[in-house]
Amino acid sequence: MSTLTDQPLLAVDDLRVTFPTRTGEVEAVRGVSFTLGKERLGIVGESGSGKSQTGRAIMGLTPSQARITAKTLAFRGRNLLEMPASERRHLRGKQVAMILQDPKYSLNPVMTIGRQIIETLKTHEKVSNAEAKARTLAMLEAVQIRDPERVFSLYPHEVSGGMGQRVMIAMMLICGPELLIADEPTSALDVTVQLEVLAILDKLVAERGMGLIFISHDLRLVSSFCNRVLVMYAGRVVEELATADLSQAKHPYTRGLLNCLPTIGSDRHPLPVLDRKPEWAL
Amino acid sequence: MTSAVSIRDMSVIYDEFAALDHVSLEVTQGESFGIVGESGSGKSTLLRAIAGLASFSQGQLTVDGRSYSGSRRDQEFYRTVQMVFQDPYGSLHPRQTVDRLLLEPLVIHGFTDIETRIHRALDEVGLGAGFRFRYSHQLSGGQRQRIAIARALILEPKILLLDEPTSALDASIQAEILNLLEQARRDRNLTFVMVSHDLGVISHMCERLAVMKSGKVVETVARDALESRSFSADYTRQLLMASEGFRRD
Repeated sequence: MSTLTDQPLLAVDDLRVTFPTRTGEVEAVRGVSFTLGKERLGIVGESGSGKSQTGRAIMGLTPSQARITAKTLAFRGRNLLEMPASERRHLRGKQVAMILQDPKYSLNPVMTIGRQIIETLKTHEKVSNAEAKARTLAMLEAVQIRDPERVFSLYPHEVSGGMGQRVMIAMMLICGPELLIADEPTSALDVTVQLEVLAILDKLVAERGMGLIFISHDLRLVSSFCNRVLVMYAGRVVEELATADLSQAKHPYTRGLLNCLPTIGSDRHPLPVLDRKPEWAL
Repeated sequence: MTSAVSIRDMSVIYDEFAALDHVSLEVTQGESFGIVGESGSGKSTLLRAIAGLASFSQGQLTVDGRSYSGSRRDQEFYRTVQMVFQDPYGSLHPRQTVDRLLLEPLVIHGFTDIETRIHRALDEVGLGAGFRFRYSHQLSGGQRQRIAIARALILEPKILLLDEPTSALDASIQAEILNLLEQARRDRNLTFVMVSHDLGVISHMCERLAVMKSGKVVETVARDALESRSFSADYTRQLLMASEGFRRD
């Protein structure tokens, strides 16, 4: 085996993201460590737990006033923190891609869908116009859009949320990234559409052999989708679990997250709520 | 059983599009009634038509024994019916303190014991007097939704219309708000009409539910029917499967 494949896709050790504020510094991410191979990793936590900031730091989308430090933050052995911006830009979209929550805000409203996807492709690869169009149409078909020719020339406001999110997935996968970060990819969608989009994502990730980081607040959804789950609370990973062992979760926060959802057929009144202990945030 | 909300053959039409297409529903007093469906199914339009926020062109609406039409509602209606909206970030006035927000309905309806009522309302939603002079941007999403509930309950309504009250909140905060709503319903013997896209939430909160799709009620089932899967519509089955989470086939 070559050394390239021995290296993990992504190595994160002691990642910290700090924001300066008027009342002092706020550490949104406080020492997160994990490695990722060609697998599916879920990051779960509530709003403000630092899960999205972790994803953004890997992607290089942290706001400029924030400070990122880490002992290691490496993609395929290349240090992301010391990489020049141009090289980072090259990586972003080509090898590491990110799907954001709401297609209403993450697609360019004044560009047709086809043009946006081609733009991504042409930024990273030298292709002819005809080939770019052919690949875009093929990609739209891969995300199960029935009439790719028609959707190609539509504007984002002319498609539904579920369709928009498929377009987003198509745009992110067209360059064949090795790592995909999905930040709440389905929370803005209807329950019935959610499953369709997840199934498409699931299939493509499996077929193309990508590493996936799936960020969500929904522990159950993540556990049905990923191999491994990191549970974050107040900027730290409080528990790391294989999804098969979810029922044996030890940390009271993880157990609380699992228990607090109302389900059909369980008659629990009142619902158990999280009793947040200050020591969890230490 | 007396009926709290009775809707017969109601249609809401925007230009050519029928957002509500001949819907009939019966909610009895003291009941908690759920409405599920995907976006665009008309579930929110139904609530808004009851509240007078959307005008219905056809059909009859009877609330607590009184008939209403179009979008005209009198003051008495708002004493009986109050509404809690989905997005706590959008439903509170950004430049009013909590005190001012809670004061407004009391002044409109001519209450005099304002001081005690505001105190009681804040206590009831578990926030305490310390929150009284804050602005909504100084509150978290869960706290804002508590204020929205306090504002709805402060007039002591009989019927509460809940439009996705927890879908903008974290799962753990959702549990707290659902518990709060259940407690309020027990204490005041309220009637709930609750809209949600989450079957789990609806089956937790409501005894009966209507499944809506493209402006029509597909079917009305009891909570137990969901558990035993004794419903007939295919669409209900789809929703139920969706609520069970992702599965690889």
